[in-house]
Amino acid sequence: MTAILKLVTLGLITLFAAIAANFAHDFAYQVHALLIMAISAGMFIWILRGVGEPQPVAVTPTGYMDDVIKAGVIATTFWGVVGFLAGTYIAFQLAFPALNLDLPWTTFGRLRPLHTSAVIFAFGGNALICTSFYIVQRTCAARLWGGNLAWFVFWGYQLFIVLAATGYVLGATQSKEYAEPEWYVDIWLTLVWVAYLAVFLGTILKRKEPHIYVANWFLLSFIITVAMLHIVNNLSVPVSIFGSKSVQVFAGVQDALTQWWYGHNAVGFFLTAGFLGMMYYFVPKQAERPVYSYKLSIIHFWSLIFLYIWAGPHHLHYTALPDWAQTLGMVFSIMLWMPSWGGMINGLMTLSGAWDKLRTDPVLRMMVVSVGFYGMATFEGPMMSIKAVNSLSHYTDWTIGHVHSGALGWNGMITFGALYFLVPRLWNRKALYSLGLVSWHFWLATIGIVLYAASMWVTGIMEGLMWREVDAQGFLVNSFADTVDAKLPMYVVRGLGGVMYLVGALIMVYNLWMTARGAGEPASDAAAVPAE
Amino acid sequence: MDTYTLLREFADSWALLVLTLIFIGVVLFAFRPGSRALHKDIANIPLRNDTLPQSGEDRARLAKDH
Repeated sequence: MTAILKLVTLGLITLFAAIAANFAHDFAYQVHALLIMAISAGMFIWILRGVGEPQPVAVTPTGYMDDVIKAGVIATTFWGVVGFLAGTYIAFQLAFPALNLDLPWTTFGRLRPLHTSAVIFAFGGNALICTSFYIVQRTCAARLWGGNLAWFVFWGYQLFIVLAATGYVLGATQSKEYAEPEWYVDIWLTLVWVAYLAVFLGTILKRKEPHIYVANWFLLSFIITVAMLHIVNNLSVPVSIFGSKSVQVFAGVQDALTQWWYGHNAVGFFLTAGFLGMMYYFVPKQAERPVYSYKLSIIHFWSLIFLYIWAGPHHLHYTALPDWAQTLGMVFSIMLWMPSWGGMINGLMTLSGAWDKLRTDPVLRMMVVSVGFYGMATFEGPMMSIKAVNSLSHYTDWTIGHVHSGALGWNGMITFGALYFLVPRLWNRKALYSLGLVSWHFWLATIGIVLYAASMWVTGIMEGLMWREVDAQGFLVNSFADTVDAKLPMYVVRGLGGVMYLVGALIMVYNLWMTARGAGEPASDAAAVPAE
Repeated sequence: MDTYTLLREFADSWALLVLTLIFIGVVLFAFRPGSRALHKDIANIPLRNDTLPQSGEDRARLAKDH
C-alpha cells in the first residue's frame, strides 16, 4: 500500500517536472526541472522493482544510528574541499581578473555565492547536521528518532545544495546575501529543515538521560531560529510557477533590515550557536573532562539568545534605516562581546589541569585554536559595529577579513577537530592514521588564516583611508580604481593564505581516508569493516 | 496613534522590562541552592553513554545515577 502511494507521488512529481521543464521560462529552472524529473523517475523505477518482492522481516535496530553520520562526515569533507577551492579561485580572480575567463558562468558575481554557500551551508551545514545527530544520540542515550527520516534530511539537504549551486552558476538568484536560492529551493529547504527539527526533537523527547545537555540547547536553538529566519527572509511571490524569478514581499529599508536580521542571525545561530553545540560536546570529549563551568554555559546560552537577535542593524549603519535602530544594533553588538568571551573562557578552561595534552594531541590543539579564533572574531565584531569604526571599515576588505577569521578559524577548525574525532570512532579504528599529518594540517591552516586576516586588515584600512582622503579644497584624492590598484599585493597574499588552508584540508582528506580504510592497523581489523 | 508608534512604545517599555526580568530570572535560577550537584551530573553526560545503553543493567545504572 505504501509502495503504491510512493509510486503515485513520485509519478506525479516526475510528470510535473517534465511539464515544468517544457514550459520553463529560464534555463536554470529548466535544468532544475530536468534534475528533479531524473531523480524522481529513478526513485520510481527503484521502488517499482521492489513491488511484490518478499519483504525482509523487520528487525528492531539496535545501537546508535551512525550510518547517516558517516555519510554526513563524507559530505562535510567533500563540500569543504569544494568550498575552499571555489574561495581560493575567486580570491585569485580579484587579484587577476583574467581568471573570470570571460564566461558568464565563471564570473566573480556567480562564483562568490557558490563559495559562500558551499562553505557555510554545504560544509558547515553538513557538519552541523552530522555532528548534531552524533551528539544528540550520545547525550540523550537514545537512538535517533524517526528511522529513515534522518536519511531524508541528509539526501534532501544534498539536493538543496546542488539546486542552489547550479542555480547560482546559471544565474538564478534572488540577490539576498547568504539567502540567494530562489523560491522553490527555499520551499524545499523548509521541508528538509522541518524533518531535521522532527528528528532532533524526537530524539530529545525519548531521551534516557533525565536532563538535556547544554550542547543540545545550542543545537536546538540553531535549528528553530534558522527555520524562523529562513521563512521570514524568503517571503516572496514567484512571477510564474514555471520560472525561477520571484519578487520580495518587503521593499526598501524594510527589506534591507529583514535581510540583515536574517544575515546576522545566520552568523549568530548557524555559525555560532550551532558550532558552540559542537564545542560543548567535542572539547570535553577530546580533553576527557567535563566542561569547566556548567553554570557559565547556561548563562552563555541565554545571553547569546537574548542579545544576538537584535544585532543585525549594525550592517546598515549610515543608511536609510532609522537612527535609533542603528544605535540599537550597535549597543546589542557590543553587549554580545561579554557572553561570547564567557563561552570562550568556558571552552578554554575545560582544559585546566590537562594543558599538557596540547603538547601531544594536535586534534585538541585544533579545537583550542578554534575557540581562540572565536574569541578574536567576537571581539573584532563588536568593535567594528561601533558607528565610528564602521564608517572606516564598512564596504572595505576589513569586513571580509573579519568574516574569514571567524569562518576559517572558528567554524573551520572546530569542524576539522570534530572530523578527526569522529572518523576513528565511526569506522571502528583505534586511532587516526597519522597525528603528524594532523599537525601539518594545523600549521598550514593556522598560518593560512593569519596571512588571510593580516592582509585583509592592511588592505581594508588602507582602502577605507583612501576613500575618505580629501585635499585642501575638500575634493576626494583617490578614484575607486586607485584603491583597486593599491590592493594587488595584499590580494595575492590573501590568495596564498587560501592555498595553504586548502592544502591543509586536502591533507586532512588523505588522513581521514587512510583512517577509514584502516591503514596501519592489524589486517584483521581492516577486514572486519569495509571502508565505506 | 498609528501601529508603528504603538508597537515602538510597547517594545521599549513593557516588552523590554519583561524580557530583562526573564533573563535575570534565568540567571538567578541557575545559581539556585542545590544546583551544584545537579549541574555536575549534567556536565558529565558527554563522558558516558558512548554506546547505547541496551541492557537492563545499563538502564538500572542510569536510573541509579539520578
